[in-house]
Amino acid sequence: MGNFGIGQAVRRVEDKRFLTGAGQYTDDINKPGQLYLHILHSPHAHADISSIDTTAAKAAPGVVGVLTQADLDALGIGDILNLAAPPHKDGRALEVPARPALARGRVRYVGEPVAAVVADTLANAKDAADLIEVDYKELPAVVDIADAAKPGAPLVHGTEAPGNVWTHWQLGDEAATKAAFEKAHKVVKIDLINNRIAPTAMEPRGALAEYDVATERYTLIQGSQGSHKLRDWFAKNILKVPLDKVRVISPDVGGAFGMKNFLFNEPIVAVVASKLYGKPIKWMADRAGSFLNDAHGRDQINHAELALDKDGMFLGLRVSSFGNVGAYLSQFGAAIPTMAGCAMLVGAYRTPAAYVDVRVMMTNTAPVDAYRGAGRPEAAYVMERLVDKASRELGIPAAELRRKNFIRPEDFPYKTALGHKYDSGRYAELMDAAYKRADVAGFETRRAAAKKNGKLRGLGISYYVEACAGGQGEQPHLKFDADGKLTIIIGTQDNGQGHRTVYAQIAADAFGIPIENIVVKQGDTDEVPTGVGTGGSRSIPVGGSAVRATLLKMIEHGKDIASNLLEASAQDIEFDAGAFKIAGTDRKVSLKDVIGASFDDAKRGDVKPGLYAAETYAPAGATFPNGCHICEVDVDAETGELEFVNYTIQDDLGYAMNPLLMEGQIFGGAVQGLGQCLFEHAVYDKETGQLMTGSFMDYTMPRAGNTPRFNYAYTEVPTPNNTLGIKGAGEAGTIGATPAVANAVIDALSAVGVTHIDMPMTGLKIWQAIQSAQSKSAA
Amino acid sequence: MHAFTYHRPTSVADAVAKRSADADASYLAGGMTLIPTLKQRLAQPTQVFDLAGLADLKGIVVTDGAVTIGAMACHADVALSADVRRVIPALSDLAGTIGDPQVRNRGTIGGSLANSDPSADYPAAVLGLGATIHTNTRQISGDDFFKGLFETALKPGELIVKVSFPIPKRAAYMKFPNPASRYAVVGVMVAETAQGVRVAVIGAGACAFRLSAMETALSKSFSVAAIKDIAIPADDLNNDMHATAEYRAHLVGVMARRAVAAIA
Ligand SMILES: Cc1cc2nc3c(=O)[nH]c(=O)nc-3n(C[C@H](O)[C@H](O)[C@H](O)COP(=O)(O)OP(=O)(O)OC[C@H]3O[C@@H](n4cnc5c(N)ncnc54)[C@H](O)[C@@H]3O)c2cc1C
Repeated sequence: MGNFGIGQAVRRVEDKRFLTGAGQYTDDINKPGQLYLHILHSPHAHADISSIDTTAAKAAPGVVGVLTQADLDALGIGDILNLAAPPHKDGRALEVPARPALARGRVRYVGEPVAAVVADTLANAKDAADLIEVDYKELPAVVDIADAAKPGAPLVHGTEAPGNVWTHWQLGDEAATKAAFEKAHKVVKIDLINNRIAPTAMEPRGALAEYDVATERYTLIQGSQGSHKLRDWFAKNILKVPLDKVRVISPDVGGAFGMKNFLFNEPIVAVVASKLYGKPIKWMADRAGSFLNDAHGRDQINHAELALDKDGMFLGLRVSSFGNVGAYLSQFGAAIPTMAGCAMLVGAYRTPAAYVDVRVMMTNTAPVDAYRGAGRPEAAYVMERLVDKASRELGIPAAELRRKNFIRPEDFPYKTALGHKYDSGRYAELMDAAYKRADVAGFETRRAAAKKNGKLRGLGISYYVEACAGGQGEQPHLKFDADGKLTIIIGTQDNGQGHRTVYAQIAADAFGIPIENIVVKQGDTDEVPTGVGTGGSRSIPVGGSAVRATLLKMIEHGKDIASNLLEASAQDIEFDAGAFKIAGTDRKVSLKDVIGASFDDAKRGDVKPGLYAAETYAPAGATFPNGCHICEVDVDAETGELEFVNYTIQDDLGYAMNPLLMEGQIFGGAVQGLGQCLFEHAVYDKETGQLMTGSFMDYTMPRAGNTPRFNYAYTEVPTPNNTLGIKGAGEAGTIGATPAVANAVIDALSAVGVTHIDMPMTGLKIWQAIQSAQSKSAA
Repeated sequence: MHAFTYHRPTSVADAVAKRSADADASYLAGGMTLIPTLKQRLAQPTQVFDLAGLADLKGIVVTDGAVTIGAMACHADVALSADVRRVIPALSDLAGTIGDPQVRNRGTIGGSLANSDPSADYPAAVLGLGATIHTNTRQISGDDFFKGLFETALKPGELIVKVSFPIPKRAAYMKFPNPASRYAVVGVMVAETAQGVRVAVIGAGACAFRLSAMETALSKSFSVAAIKDIAIPADDLNNDMHATAEYRAHLVGVMARRAVAAIA
C-alpha cells in the first residue's frame, strides 16, 4: 500500500483526536452519580500510628465514607504484591515486607497513603480529610543509600531487610573475574551516583471504579500499560474473586514510562469503595500526589572497575552496586537494579569475564520501579563512563578504545560474560558513520574557536546496547467485517507512541487495504481476550510480529475460500496486491469478494465462516538495539550553564517500521536521558525525609529550549529474533543519551582540571566542580 | 481549595472599602501566586476581590520622563509594548524573562510587587530604575517599598494602582533563571539615571537590594573593569537546593558585569 505500508513515515492516525482535545483519558470519563476519592498522605517519613480518628471526617458535609486499612483488612482485601525476588547470594530466604493499600500501623515514607475519604465532591472529600486525626509517633528515618547502609541506621523494616538490605544478589563468574584483574596491566575505577527520577507523565494516574450488583462485577477504568495484568492482580491478589468478576479498561493514556505498569494503592481503595458505597468512584492524582506516590526511577550507586591489558583490551569488569527500592517493593522494583539491567553492564564490548553484586536497599522513600529503560540505562551509564575514563587514563582515544573492544559483526550471535546472547550489530560501522556526521575530525578547531568566546567546548560519545522485546508473546485477534473493515484486537497498550498507526500499517501493507479501513482495539479486558501489555520496548517488535503472524494465518484461511471460488487447489493460490490468484494464471478473486464469500454459506466452501484469525507469536529471543550518540556542548565556565551545540545519533533499531514515529521515540527518549543527566532529581531531605522536589517549581524538567536539535540517522540491521526484524525503539534514546551528555560535560570540564561530576550536572554542580578543581590547582 | 466568596468590585474605591472591611479577604490579580496557594489549601481567604475589571488599573502610558504601568498590566503587555521598548528596553527585556508565556499573560506587575517574592524580577526594575509605586492612598518611593521576605510597605488592604519608572539614560537587566521555575536565581539591574548609577539585585537576598559599592565604582567609571574586583559577600544571601549562597554571590558579580558590558 505504497504510502501507508511498513517503512513509511505515516503520521499517527491518533493525532487528529489527540490534537483536537477529543482524546478520552481516565479523567475525561465520568459516570452518573460518581463519588470522589481523596487520599490522606503521610506527612512523616517514618512514624508509628497509634490511632486514627475518623469521627469528625465521617460527619463532614457530603462525606459518604472514610476508610483506613483496618476497614480493608476487615473486608479481606489483599496487600499489594511483589513479583521480583532476586535471590540472595547467601541463599537466605527472602521475606517480602507487607505493603497494604493504606498504612497498617506504621508509615514509611512521606506521601504514603494513610486514609481515604469518599464524598460527593472532591472539595468536600479534601475538607473532610483535614478532619481526620492521626496520632503519629515519629521514628528516625533514612532516605538515601549511603545512610541506609551505615551500621546502626534506622531500619525501614525489621527482619525482612536486615541492615536495610532486602537482598544481596550476584551475577557472573567471580573467580574468573578476579583472575582477569590479577593479570591486568591497568585497572580503571569509577564511582557513580545514578540520580533518582520522578516519572512525571503528562497525564497523572487515575481510576474510575464501578461495581455492578447484578453481575457482581467490578469495572476499573485506569490508564495503564496493560489492562490484563491489572485485572489479574485485582482478581487474584486484591479482591480474591474469579477473573471474570473484574474488567479493566485502559482508555487513552498520556504517558507512562514504566510507572503505569504497576499496581498502586489508590485504585485499590477506589475499587473497594465502589462496592462498599454502591456508586462509581473517581480518583485522580494531582501533580503533588504524583510526585509523592508514583513509583520513582533509577536511584543507584555504582562502583565499577575495568581491567585492561597493555594494548587496551578489556580483560574483566567488576561492578558493585546499591539500588534503592524505597520503603516497599513495587512489583518489579527489586528486579530493576539487579536482573533487569545488570546483564547489560558489559555493553558493546568483548569482555571475557565479569562479575556484579548488588545490594537492594530499603529506605524511607517512595517505592522505586521501572522507568524508561529499567536498569539498562543505569548499566549503559556505568560502562560508557568507565570506558571514557579508561580512554583518558590510558591515553587511547575514545573511539579507538571502543573499536578495539567492540563485538564484531562476525561474532554474532555473541554470548556475553553476563549471559545474554546478542543477536546482531555493526557497532564499528555505526560509530564511524556517527563520527563522520558529527564532524568529529573538526572538533578541535571548533573547541579552539569556542575558547575564544570564553566557552568550554566538550565532545562526548556513548555506544549503547540494550536488551528488549524478548520474553512472552502476544496473541492478537484480527477479523474482517462484511464491509471490508479490518479490526485488530491486541493486548499491548498505547501510551502515546502511535501503536495503532503501526499495527494498521502492517495490516494495510499485507492486505493492500487503506489504513482508514483498519481499527485497532486495545485496553478493555472484555474485548481483548489476552494481553501482556506494553513495556520493555516490546509492542512493535513483538506485537507487530504477532499481528503479522495472525494476518498470515488469515490469508491462509482466505486462500481456502478463494480456492472454492476459483475452483482450484488452495496450494496453488497466492495472495498478492489485494487479490487471491491462481499461481501462473491471471485468474483471481479480490480480497473484497473473498470477505463477502466468507459470510456466505453457499460460496465459502467447507471452511469456518467469516475471515478472522487469532495467533500467538512469541519472539525467539530478546533484541539488542544499539547505536552511537555524539554530543557536543558548550559550558559557560563563569556560570556553569550548558548549551548543546550538536547532537548526533546513529542507531540500529533493526527494521524501521515507521521512521517518523521511531524518531519520535528516540528524540523523546533522548530528552529524558539528557533530562536525567542535567536537570531531573527527586530529592528527599536527609534530616526530615520530606520530598524537596514536590512540584515543577523545584523538579527541573528539560524544556524545549534546553534540548538540542538531533541530527538523526539509522542503519537497519534486522534482528533474527522476530519476524519483522525490529529491535524496539521505546527506550533506546534514553539509554544512549545519559552517558553521552555526561561524557561531553566531563570532556568540556577536563580543560579546567575537572575529572568527575555526578548527575544531575546542574549549573550549580558544574560551577562547584570548576571551583574546586581551580582551588586544588592553586593549592 | 477551601470555599470563599468571589467578588468583582466596580471601582478602586469599592474594592478597597470591601477588602479593608475583612482582614481575611484577598485581592486577586493574575492569580499566578494566589491560585496555586489556594489550590494547595495554604491560603484560606474568606472573600476574593478580582481586580480584573478595574479600568483604573489598566494601561501603559509613556510621557516625557517616565513610563507608567497600571497595576493590572500583565508581563506580556509590558514585554511586547513598543513604547516601553523604545524608552526603557531593559524593562521590556525584564518582563520578557518572567516565567513562561502562560505566566506572562496572566501575572501582573501589581501582583508581583505586592507579593515581593525574593526571586521575582520586577523589584529589580523598581529599585534599579528608582520607580514610584502609586497606591490608592499615597506614593511610595521604590527605595522604601521592599521590607523583607514577602514583605512590603503596603498596609493591609492598600491597593497598588500604578507604577511609574523614570526613563534612565541607559539600563540593562541580566537574569540567571532557576532551571525549574524560571524565577530568578539572581537578577541584576544596572542603570544610569538622572539621580546617578543604580545597581539593584534580586534573587540573592530576602528582598530586592541595592549594591552601593558597585554604584560608587560605576559612577566614577561606567565600565566592567570598575566593578570586576568588587567581591560580593555570601554571608546573608539565600541558600537553597538550586543555588548556594556562594553561587549566588558569584552570580551577582557575573550578572552585574554582563549588564554593564551590555550598555557600557
Ligand atoms: C510557573 C511560574 C513562574 C513564574 N516565574 C516568574 C519569574 O520568572 N519572575 C517573576 O518575577 N515572577 C514569576 N512568577 C510570578 C508571576 O509572574 C506573578 O507576577 C506573580 O505570581 C504575582 O502576580 P499575579 O498578578 O498573578 O498576582 P496574584 O497571584 O493574583 O496575587 C498575588 C498577591 O498580590 C496581591 N495583589 C495582587 N494585585 C494587587 C494590587 N494591585 N495591589 C495590592 N495587592 C495586590 C494579591 O492579593 C495576592 O496576595 C511566576 C509564577 C509562576 C506560577
